[in-house]
Amino acid sequence: MKTHDINRPMERILGMFGGKIIRFFAGIGKVTLLVKSLIFNLPFFIKRRHLVLEQMLFMGVNSLPLVIFTSIFTGAVSAVQAAYQFHNYVPLRYLGTAVGKAVVIELGPVLTGLVVAGRVGAAIAAELGTMKVTEQIDALETMALDPVEFLVMPRYLAGLIMLPVLTVFADVVAILGGLAVSVWFVGVSSYTFLNGFKSFFEMQDLFAGLFKAGVFGSIIAIIGCYQGFITEGGAEGVGESTTRAVVLSSVLILVSDYMIAHLLFG
Amino acid sequence: MIEVVDLHKAFGSNNVLKGANLKIEKGETLTIIGRSGVGKSVLLKHIVRLLEPDSGYIQIDGENILDFDRKQLMAYRRRFGMLFQGAALFDSMTVDENVGLSLREHTNTPEEEVKEIVSEKLRVVGMKGIENLKPAELSGGMKKRVGLARAISMNPEFILYDEPTTGLDPIMADAINDLIIRLREELNVTSIAVTHDMTSAYKISDRIAMIYEGEIIFAGTPDEVKNTDNPVVQQFIRGEAEGPIKAV
Ligand SMILES: Nc1ncnc2c1ncn2[C@@H]1O[C@H](COP(=O)(O)OP(=O)(O)OP(=O)(O)O)[C@@H](O)[C@H]1O
Ligand SMILES: [Mg+2]
Repeated sequence: MKTHDINRPMERILGMFGGKIIRFFAGIGKVTLLVKSLIFNLPFFIKRRHLVLEQMLFMGVNSLPLVIFTSIFTGAVSAVQAAYQFHNYVPLRYLGTAVGKAVVIELGPVLTGLVVAGRVGAAIAAELGTMKVTEQIDALETMALDPVEFLVMPRYLAGLIMLPVLTVFADVVAILGGLAVSVWFVGVSSYTFLNGFKSFFEMQDLFAGLFKAGVFGSIIAIIGCYQGFITEGGAEGVGESTTRAVVLSSVLILVSDYMIAHLLFG
Repeated sequence: MIEVVDLHKAFGSNNVLKGANLKIEKGETLTIIGRSGVGKSVLLKHIVRLLEPDSGYIQIDGENILDFDRKQLMAYRRRFGMLFQGAALFDSMTVDENVGLSLREHTNTPEEEVKEIVSEKLRVVGMKGIENLKPAELSGGMKKRVGLARAISMNPEFILYDEPTTGLDPIMADAINDLIIRLREELNVTSIAVTHDMTSAYKISDRIAMIYEGEIIFAGTPDEVKNTDNPVVQQFIRGEAEGPIKAV
């Protein structure tokens, strides 16, 4: 990635307001350039389908056990909490409705996003960061091969596709977790629970959730790649990039979750 | 002909290049010497525009490479083979995939032929039969030689060698010297090599250039280098701690 130095006199003046602000805007500029180059490289996915597939497998295999594990407990806790909040106010036949809505719209995509950010986002930043500091990215460039085509595009598409797929698994498992708690500890029959879920289920909720998941997947891949590309300074630098990738993508997932909610449901 | 003109490059407050000028003639082997950290690798990276200067420029046959658009830059880079100081092999690929990458990506060479070329290039660097190993399974010197095989895989017009003999045993180092000489004689390759190894520099070079304090302070044939009265060059080629260059 060629990135442009920010103007020097400008830097000195703005320096008074803190290097952090400059780095923030310079960072936005560089991410924008990366995204531009990514869009330009998207058509090469056919030529690079084996790389895309490899990344999809990696993301799926790497994340599925953890996503399933987290989802069981997410569903379970949302059933417990909903039952507690319903207490004497809302009939328990709506328990399935509450758990279902919460899981499909919010908890499924967001928690899957956060779990994948921790596992896959970190792995992307570490791998690309290592490639950067060992000059492998420079080597690609000198061989007239585009690192965005080779490295970013496959990871981006894998994130865009696999996050919704993982979210579907998460939704199903979380609802089963909620169902189990309702039957065993709250005393709601599985028929009542599922009926409550089904009668208020709306396809658009599911789509909203999966749409979010796609956005989160994009964030994880782009931030992971970006942090990898800007890595400097050996193993220590790789460690820092990895941490920053996880923190930044987690924050962006929560912020974009709010913005999308506002757009779709606000 | 490649011309480096008044190149300046700073990293933050670290002024590495401060007006470097250098000409590389077609078909010659030019060696760059200078102390560790003086900017030799940085200079090499500017030549393929992996780094862009703060001021100054680089010309190839009269064209400024900083004016190239992405497509022209890619075409320009394809004329080069580059051996990185740390070899920079792709960890995720086997030796065969590393060495054959450019052939597979940039040419329509049939797969069998690619395999043949790869094993031939590995043979000339003394690494035959390791096609299926991963870089992690190789020693430092082996990586370097695979990197060299990758650099010459496309029979480039220009080869940039960043310390080709560092980390090799003396016998292998001399074999690599011979290879560099042969590439120039047989394929008329233009080479720029960075090295600390003066034996190698004298043997392979048509000319030797020395970087000191951000500039090229001397460029001449091996004999001119040996006989110069420039005290800085003399101290460096003799490897003496006492002299105008402060060791510590
Ligand atoms: N990407 C970079 N970012 C910041 N500083 C850099 C970068 N690359 C090189 N430098 C600095 O530039 C200077 C020259 O580095 P360079 O790698 O060119 O040295 P060298 O002459 O090749 O040394 P050696 O013989 O040890 O390889 C060093 O001070 C180094 O810290
Ligand atoms: Mg160097």
